[in-house]
Amino acid sequence: MLNIITGAVSLGLLWSVMALGVYLTFRVLDYADMTVDGSIVTGAAIAAKLLVSGINPVIATVAAFFGGMAAGMVTGLLHTKLKIPAILSGILSQIGLYSINIKIMGKPNTTLLKVETLFSMFGKSKYAVLFCGGVTAVAFVVLLYMFLSTSLGSALRATGNNEKMANAMGINIDTMKILGLALGNGLVAFSGALIAQSQGYADMGMGQGSIVIGLASVIIGEVLYHRTSILGKLSSVLVGAVSYRIIIALVIDMGMDPLDLKLFTAITVTVALSMPRIKNFVLAKLTALKKHTGAKSTAKIMKKEGEKV
Amino acid sequence: MTPALVIKDVEKTFNPGTITENHVLKGVNLVLEEGDYVTVIGGNGAGKSTMLNSIAGVFPIDEGEIYIGEKNVTNLPEHKRAVHLGRVFQDPMVGTAAAMTIAENLSLALHRGEKRGLTKAISEKEKEFFRTQLKQLDLDLENRLDDTIGLLSGGQRQAITLLMATIKKPDLLLLDEHTAALDPKTAEKVLQLTDTIVKENNLTTIMITHNMRDAISHGNRLIMMNNGRVVYDVKGEEKQKLTVEALLEKFTQSYRESTFTDRMILG
Repeated sequence: MLNIITGAVSLGLLWSVMALGVYLTFRVLDYADMTVDGSIVTGAAIAAKLLVSGINPVIATVAAFFGGMAAGMVTGLLHTKLKIPAILSGILSQIGLYSINIKIMGKPNTTLLKVETLFSMFGKSKYAVLFCGGVTAVAFVVLLYMFLSTSLGSALRATGNNEKMANAMGINIDTMKILGLALGNGLVAFSGALIAQSQGYADMGMGQGSIVIGLASVIIGEVLYHRTSILGKLSSVLVGAVSYRIIIALVIDMGMDPLDLKLFTAITVTVALSMPRIKNFVLAKLTALKKHTGAKSTAKIMKKEGEKV
Repeated sequence: MTPALVIKDVEKTFNPGTITENHVLKGVNLVLEEGDYVTVIGGNGAGKSTMLNSIAGVFPIDEGEIYIGEKNVTNLPEHKRAVHLGRVFQDPMVGTAAAMTIAENLSLALHRGEKRGLTKAISEKEKEFFRTQLKQLDLDLENRLDDTIGLLSGGQRQAITLLMATIKKPDLLLLDEHTAALDPKTAEKVLQLTDTIVKENNLTTIMITHNMRDAISHGNRLIMMNNGRVVYDVKGEEKQKLTVEALLEKFTQSYRESTFTDRMILG
């Protein structure tokens, strides 16, 4: 059991970097970016190609970040300059990347079992991934927090929050969107590079559905660890990404067919996304009940209801 | 002296060549002197907001030229004109970023039109400055710098938008029916605040309003728009003597004239 949890937490930490990228586009920029299914593989492919060519793992992983940035920039340009709708811009990039990713690797998949990776640099211990992933994830949370607290980060947040106002404040919203998408996909690709190195291969199909995993992490984090400060919100993404992996590990351990995983994830995200509506519905019912019973607080209603039962 | 604003023969047609084609501005001309506080009235579709938006650069104009001070801004995109302009919109939700704090919003405004870099967004010194500025609004907001704007009422948000529009002195303040969405009492308060801020900073201001009484009692100059043109322009003593009745009469008269000519054109 401990082994399962350790593995899940390690995987969650590697994926949390990707989830931070999704948070940046989805929550900060308010842009549902479909590029990520492609850019996560771009990151893996770049890292794999460089690693088998004997390049230092650190350099290979950083190179993946820049590859992801380029992918995000393309999406941003499609959306801002050619006025293609947000979702479609992402899908176009994603489809294009499918071919590009194979071209980068030269073949549909690359094994990394015989080359040195970021994790093998820290020895063969199974805790290498846990340690390395943890340090990387926390570092990115801190870096993103620092970035979002700058004038530039503030302008990025304003763009995602209220475009009209951002424009009136002299912020070039096109530039901000391109920047946000570039950074987001840079993180996603970085995460792809980490995942490929930890699992020992890069595969062109590994990105399928990753946008939903990213969203699940962001939303589960918001439900489990709701915070209002920027640092709190970024930390909650980390909590969400790790929790998601633990949930998955547990349900598989309980005997769920791994092939049902995507359906399970889709349902989880649907439930989490509809939470605000459900919450409002319940609150409205409670308020109506309050009027009837004359109870002063929701807690009292709960108690009363409990007594009835 | 260079005028604060020159609008010369500005034309704007929306959706040209389609069934919804709409020729909104038909040669607008307006010159504002430094410190002019102009109220703008006119019926729906007269072109008031379109004129304001063409000054702000929300869309490119078809013909004509716009100068703010000595600068020709005709071809500048919206975000590059922002350095000259303070703007308050009709919808109190539009002027502020709801998910960001009061301090963060004010800081965005304090650096309006500047290049945004990797320095810290808000310094302690700025926070102190924001506190003194908020105190002047008299809305008990000076101790709520770190509250998100979304928690505030429409009137509070509009007052903050007004502060944001003027915290870095603009060359021109554009108010697009900024009290129309507020209840009468709050609207009055925001209008008073507007007058105070405009006077204190000697701001050149354009204020669109649907309230004729407000149009008469505020500012030093009044223009009426109809059918895409400025049809009436009074200032100083003549404006002070205006009554709502006289203005209504002018309004009906110019409206009749324009519909009459339209009918003639349509045959």
